[in-house]
Amino acid sequence: MNEAIRHIRTISKRELISYFSSPVAYVFIVIFLILCGFFTLNIGRFFESNQATLAAFFFYLPWLYLFLVPAIGMRLWSEERRMGTMELLLTMPVTSWRAILGKFLASWLFLALALVLTFPLVITVNYLGDPDNGMIVSGYVGGILLSGGFLAVGSMTSALTRNQVVSFILSVIICLFLILAGFAPVTEMLEDKVPWLIDLVSSFSVMTHYYGMQRGVINLRDVIFFLSLIVFALFCTGVIIRSHRA
Amino acid sequence: MINVDNLTKSFGSKVAVDNVSFNVERGEVLGFLGPNGAGKSTTMRMVTGYFPPNDGSVVIGGFNMVENALEARRLMGYLPENGPLYADMTVYNFLDFAAELRGFSGIEKRKAIHRVVEMCFLESVLHQSIDTLSKGYRHRTCFAQAVIHDPDILIMDEPTDGLDPNQKHEIRMLIKRMGENKAIIFSTHILEEVEAACSRVIIIDRGKIVANGTPAELKGRSPIAGAVRLRVGSHALEQIKEQLSPLPGVRRLEAFKDEAGRELLRVFPQKETGDGELASLISETAKKSDWRIEELHTEEGRLDEVFRDITISDTE
Repeated sequence: MNEAIRHIRTISKRELISYFSSPVAYVFIVIFLILCGFFTLNIGRFFESNQATLAAFFFYLPWLYLFLVPAIGMRLWSEERRMGTMELLLTMPVTSWRAILGKFLASWLFLALALVLTFPLVITVNYLGDPDNGMIVSGYVGGILLSGGFLAVGSMTSALTRNQVVSFILSVIICLFLILAGFAPVTEMLEDKVPWLIDLVSSFSVMTHYYGMQRGVINLRDVIFFLSLIVFALFCTGVIIRSHRA
Repeated sequence: MINVDNLTKSFGSKVAVDNVSFNVERGEVLGFLGPNGAGKSTTMRMVTGYFPPNDGSVVIGGFNMVENALEARRLMGYLPENGPLYADMTVYNFLDFAAELRGFSGIEKRKAIHRVVEMCFLESVLHQSIDTLSKGYRHRTCFAQAVIHDPDILIMDEPTDGLDPNQKHEIRMLIKRMGENKAIIFSTHILEEVEAACSRVIIIDRGKIVANGTPAELKGRSPIAGAVRLRVGSHALEQIKEQLSPLPGVRRLEAFKDEAGRELLRVFPQKETGDGELASLISETAKKSDWRIEELHTEEGRLDEVFRDITISDTE
């Protein structure tokens, strides 16, 4: 077990070194922060609303993640396959689940770091007014879980192909489905046509489970949903990687 | 140390490796030879556990590659084809990564890295990003990761591919030296490499082993092996032919021209003629007849001829 943790840490460390020794990491963080600011302050009409809240930020976050997380996830395994380093990695004395988990955790940590770097927004609302900081913390927890879920989907689609563009598009489509299944306009439409299906469909949506955290409620059920989404997608990643070699 | 038994692998309906068995013991360097697409890489990928075989087994130092993959992999180092690397890392970071996965930490890790850096002459590029390196350095970096834990078993897929002649020589000498106390398998399609570094050769063609022996044994299969090559400056070929053909031990004579256009004679021995007998017989005749011999040489046979004989080119 000890060895497994050491291996996962080593693989994560390597992944992070790769991120930060190429411009990818910096470009991503800058774009992410600019978009966060833009959506919260301009589109979200932060100043006009005259309320000390980050509700707009957390409202737009899933839509930002829809495009930005697959951009991080798409290279996870397709790059390894294209460069041939997958052969190197998987013939080391490590099991493939350690490699999958190590790479996933590194990217997740990176996404969490990018999210934490939006802290000036938190300082701003606290300076301007008296926001509910518990709600903000729970929103951040939701954001991290959401990015983990999308990233795990990205890990799965990147294992499918050595072409990063294909991987990106596939994972955007899957993530879009995960959002839309619980998105108000879609659920309202379903309510009219097939009311009996609505609970089932929306229970698959990240939005249903993210909603509570956006409102300041961290529900164990919602946390479990995101964790099972991650576990399931990573498990699929493992199956896909194994099937490539068989 | 490496026991490969009835290994079979097919991709769809195409059988890539068909019932391949061989053993490699400590102190042996096995050269894996074959035309492109013969199944060399696939076999090596199964030996290293990257591909699971459809049938058969790989046992490394007593550990089965399917059941005890981690233990088996710990014993071996692997240099995959084309030497893949994480291009955005520095050489040092990459070797540090490999050492950590091999279980090194602290001072031991630094020692292991230092050892391979010295062995592979990587000192001058140690903190350079891998994607700025020349092919030779990249290849040596990948080689360094394969031997960082000083493994008992070393598997290399075309270790000299893309290197210049000096680097090729360097790697061959390294393989030969390491082969004294390790079990090594390497694949190549360069025949001189096999003669220079291998203690045993396996030739594989269309997934099957078609020859297995020492380089000398394989060369002995060549049709010209044992024949004597003769060049005489003073007499006409016809005259020499006339004198030699009645000799006991001579089966056949063949005149040919070498690359420089000089006329030579190849004398083929009878089956029962011993090693070197024919050459001494010819030199005695030459002495008696006062020939001026410019070249007299017993052929060992040529590996490339044997190779062409027993494998089938995909261009035919």
